[in-house]
Amino acid sequence: MASARIARPGLGRSIILHVVIVAGALVMFFPFLWTIITSITPGAGLTLTPSLIPSDPSLDAYARLFAERPFLRTILNSLALALITTVVQLFTSSTAAYAFSRLPFRGRGVVFAIYLATMMIPLQVLIVPLFVELKTFGLLNTYLGALLPTFASAFGIFLLRQAVNQVPRELDEAATLDGAGHFRIFTLIVLPNIRPALATLSVFAFMSSWNSFLWPLVVLRKPELQTLPVALAGLQGQYTTAWDIVMAGSVVSILPMLALYIFAQRYVVQGVANSGIK
Amino acid sequence: MSANTVSAILVDSKDAPRRPVRRGRGRYALVVLAFLLPSALPLLLFTLGPMVAAAWVSLTEWNLIRPPVFVGFDNYAKLLTDPGTGQIFLHTLFYIVGYVPIVYIGGLAIALALNSRLKGRAFWRGIYFLPVVSSWIVVALIWRWLLNPSTGVVNTVLAAIGIDGPGWWTDPLWAMPSIILASAWKDLGFVMVILLAGLQAINPDLEDAARVDGAGWWRRLFNVTLPLLSPSTFFVLVISLINGFQVFDQVYAMTGGGPAGSSQVVVKEIYDLTFRYGAAGEASALSWMLFIVVLAVTVVQIIGQRRWVTYG
Repeated sequence: MASARIARPGLGRSIILHVVIVAGALVMFFPFLWTIITSITPGAGLTLTPSLIPSDPSLDAYARLFAERPFLRTILNSLALALITTVVQLFTSSTAAYAFSRLPFRGRGVVFAIYLATMMIPLQVLIVPLFVELKTFGLLNTYLGALLPTFASAFGIFLLRQAVNQVPRELDEAATLDGAGHFRIFTLIVLPNIRPALATLSVFAFMSSWNSFLWPLVVLRKPELQTLPVALAGLQGQYTTAWDIVMAGSVVSILPMLALYIFAQRYVVQGVANSGIK
Repeated sequence: MSANTVSAILVDSKDAPRRPVRRGRGRYALVVLAFLLPSALPLLLFTLGPMVAAAWVSLTEWNLIRPPVFVGFDNYAKLLTDPGTGQIFLHTLFYIVGYVPIVYIGGLAIALALNSRLKGRAFWRGIYFLPVVSSWIVVALIWRWLLNPSTGVVNTVLAAIGIDGPGWWTDPLWAMPSIILASAWKDLGFVMVILLAGLQAINPDLEDAARVDGAGWWRRLFNVTLPLLSPSTFFVLVISLINGFQVFDQVYAMTGGGPAGSSQVVVKEIYDLTFRYGAAGEASALSWMLFIVVLAVTVVQIIGQRRWVTYG
């Protein structure tokens, strides 16, 4: 078997290998550890550097975070936007993927190329016209305004189209013989067969919405509408030296992603390896 | 094999089963529309439409309040003659030149290490990947704190071993290196996963053959592994450069483009022009300039790949 032959290092090399990996992992993990330590060290910041083992740990920073700002609302905002974006993207991406895989029509290649090209257009290029467009529609400072530009994802369509292409055509042909139309083939045959890809897309859609910054910053200006990254950036302006509070906010923002990641590591890694899109 | 599959095979022709659905051309067109519209509408309204609109806005002078005034290519001329434009492109380039080699070499080293027989590989991979799932804002905040000149842990440790640490993001000279450091930490795991997937697709027989021929570790790396990994490397470079030109979040949260504009980058300038200086026309012109630069760099990479990328 090929896999058994992958570099079987000698003992010396194996030790070096482990040292490199573990040392590297420590360096990579330390900033997170430091974030947690800082968040439970009251008064960390202006003059105080936390110690590795806090002498007087306290959750005070977390309490202040929720008492002094609408932080719970901020979390709920992020959560709601991420969930809606995910559900809508699953719908728009899977229907488009079905069309590009199963519904031949003239000019389909060109349309698909245009879809993919939109992946190359950075949001930043669109900021001014998008802002004006949503202002015209009266959608500034609304959740809908924050959501609309995220409804279709070229990445999601690309990912799901690959998956739909893998579903054996014999299955839909058999269903067609049984009298099923495209809507039934789509819901009863294709969707159940691309569940792993749907999971990958869900994780990515949720993650990119949860972490997105520029567009929510531009469109949601009222404090009570803000999402987590925007609120965190503002937190730093408000408490320039109260790093325990800023780090507590960071911990709160990372935890759901951490949970999601542990839960769905396979799909995240697969998504990156297959597409290279964050 | 189910009865349905058998019947599908018996039918034998690929097109025959589709016919019942295509009862009428009009009806089929409606089906296609129904499947495409949910994605086509948002893409048209919120990506392609604004893209065209940005081209038009770039030809106007507009503060987003009074009606826009058509000025032709004035905004482009202004940007091209303003030495400040060169500066912000240089800063962006500085970011890319610092960031890309670090994430590539670091990511490759970790991927090579993880591509061997190792207990708990998924766990270690997970540790390296953690920063990737964090938001840029959180990453920027964490590093702003780590690199705090007076109470940050990095300078505290440096002081303990007798080194007087720099002012990091408060020092014009060190602001961009600070941003590069934070960004490299975040993206290392991302690059590692792509390269690891590439490494795992390489046939181990080829490396074994080189080993039998007496090639040492470095020679195998440069003459066998890296050439076979070139498609993944190419992919990493294309994505890194596209992302590099669009650097914004971490600059916004770490330095705000400062001190004294020393870390001001293109997208931050687009943002400032629009929302601080009310120069939407100029911002759109700069957006299009950025888009054209990114497109050109990507096309050059795609053309240049023939010289060094080998597809097995």
